[in-house]
Amino acid sequence: MIDWYPLWNSLRIAAISCTAVFFLGIPSAYYIARLPRAVKGILDVILTLPMVLPPTVCGYFLLILLGPQRPLGRFLANFGIQFAMTWYGGIVASAVVAFPLMYRTARGAFESFDTTLAYSGQTLGLSNTYIFWRIRMPACRQGILAGTVLAFARALGEYGATSMLIGYVPGRTATISTTVYQLWRTNNEQEAFFWVMVNVVISIIILLAVNMLERRNRKAGGRI
Amino acid sequence: MSLSVHIEKKLGSFRLSVDLEHPGGITGLLGASGCGKSMTLKAIAGIEKPDRGRIVLDDRVLFDSEKKINLKPQERRVGYLFQNYALFPNMTVEKNILCGLSREKDKGIRRKKMEEMLEKMDLTAQRKLYPGQLSGGQQQRTALARILVSEPEVLLLDEPFSALDSYLRELLQIQVKDILAGYGKDVLLVSHSRDEIYYLCGRTAVMENGKILKTDDTKKLFADPGSWAGAELTGCKNIAEARKTGEYEVEVPDWGIRLRTGKPVKDHVCAVGLRAHYFNPKARENIFPVSYASEKEEPFEMRILFRYAGQKEGTPDLWWRLPKDRNPRTMPEKLGIAPQNVLLLYPEPQEDDI
Repeated sequence: MIDWYPLWNSLRIAAISCTAVFFLGIPSAYYIARLPRAVKGILDVILTLPMVLPPTVCGYFLLILLGPQRPLGRFLANFGIQFAMTWYGGIVASAVVAFPLMYRTARGAFESFDTTLAYSGQTLGLSNTYIFWRIRMPACRQGILAGTVLAFARALGEYGATSMLIGYVPGRTATISTTVYQLWRTNNEQEAFFWVMVNVVISIIILLAVNMLERRNRKAGGRI
Repeated sequence: MSLSVHIEKKLGSFRLSVDLEHPGGITGLLGASGCGKSMTLKAIAGIEKPDRGRIVLDDRVLFDSEKKINLKPQERRVGYLFQNYALFPNMTVEKNILCGLSREKDKGIRRKKMEEMLEKMDLTAQRKLYPGQLSGGQQQRTALARILVSEPEVLLLDEPFSALDSYLRELLQIQVKDILAGYGKDVLLVSHSRDEIYYLCGRTAVMENGKILKTDDTKKLFADPGSWAGAELTGCKNIAEARKTGEYEVEVPDWGIRLRTGKPVKDHVCAVGLRAHYFNPKARENIFPVSYASEKEEPFEMRILFRYAGQKEGTPDLWWRLPKDRNPRTMPEKLGIAPQNVLLLYPEPQEDDI
């Protein structure tokens, strides 16, 4: 009998961290795209760092920050929150690693936005809020969608930071990728192969969904 | 209606320093690309903030650096037609036009005005289409509809025909002229095309290097552009340095001739311009021996390049343009030009505060 827990755990970690990254990444991208170049450069480096650092290094930093013996970890423990060795610690680990993907793709989309659209909206008397939600966001939809999908896929496949922060406890913190490693390590090749295939199937479904969404966008027309 | 613009702005080594009084009607800003025409429009619309100065529309102050007034674009009631029309790609023609009616609170009135505008601009058949599905002309009409429906107090047109091919351009110029006349809006039109400006604008301002060199009635300005840049921008092909030699006479060393002029010559004259269309083998004055250099056939005209007998080496050939049916079989030995067609050009007013 197969224990489906890793699938369920991976999906919820990816879904929640992807949502968080969506709502954090878009505003950061929007505001940082408009900052002066020097400030932008510095913030950009900091926010993109998790993408280029080895995930284990991210995990190391997270442990230093959130470990139960560290100040922040001890403080959070007062509220019964502990990120180390819990399934929801995986959300933090995946979010940190996936954030740069969302942030960078969204920023690229915002920067390539034709600003005359915003200007013409202003001269027509449209409010800046309306321009943001009804003109800028739809025009940047492709980039934001791409960023979200990349972030979700990255969060789903996260291994390094996750295994550092939450380890591998079957039925508690196990995700698909940590399970694959664990099974392989313990010479359980058949089961490892099963979970590998699960992961491949999920990835294919995601890519198909993206292609379908893009096709529907194109059918709606609306591109000069 | 009146618009008065006195602004300055520095951008790197470029310096914009515009003084413009727009008494009403349609004024054209004629200048080469990069001369600051579009920036001027953007400053009026509130998209670009000048360093210093004042912009007043009728009796409303839109911008005043001393009094720290800087109205938002939303509050200025200035319509701006962008070069690429800036239609919202994710909205239909209808919705794009409704965007111009956001100041109107009543939904019923909004719909009614939108319907009227669709009708007027002949866009009813396209109402459900997206901008990407429209022809260039329909896009332009949608953009104009969207602006006119918002009832701006002045209309700014930024190179409105540059995105169109030449056939459509001429057709739409006629259409736009009718639309603008029908609405009676005051218009400031920016263009690098003298044809467009000549056809559409009652007044013209010539702009170069961030400054307005001369503003005048369009016909007068083309007849007497006043400066080297003005002559070039209004399409004068033959320009050379000159100096005064008499009350009605200038000497042009590069061409080795002395020209009689229609107007009295002022002392600080610096150059003359001769329009390519005005040469005439049968003229009675300013007749000088010429030699044929080469020719170029255009669709409906001939362009003959020639040199004056005493012309200096290394100076460019002169242009003579004439309709094909008047093309002489052999090059005339002499060409003349009427004194009133000798454009007298003066140095641009120097700035004293640099």
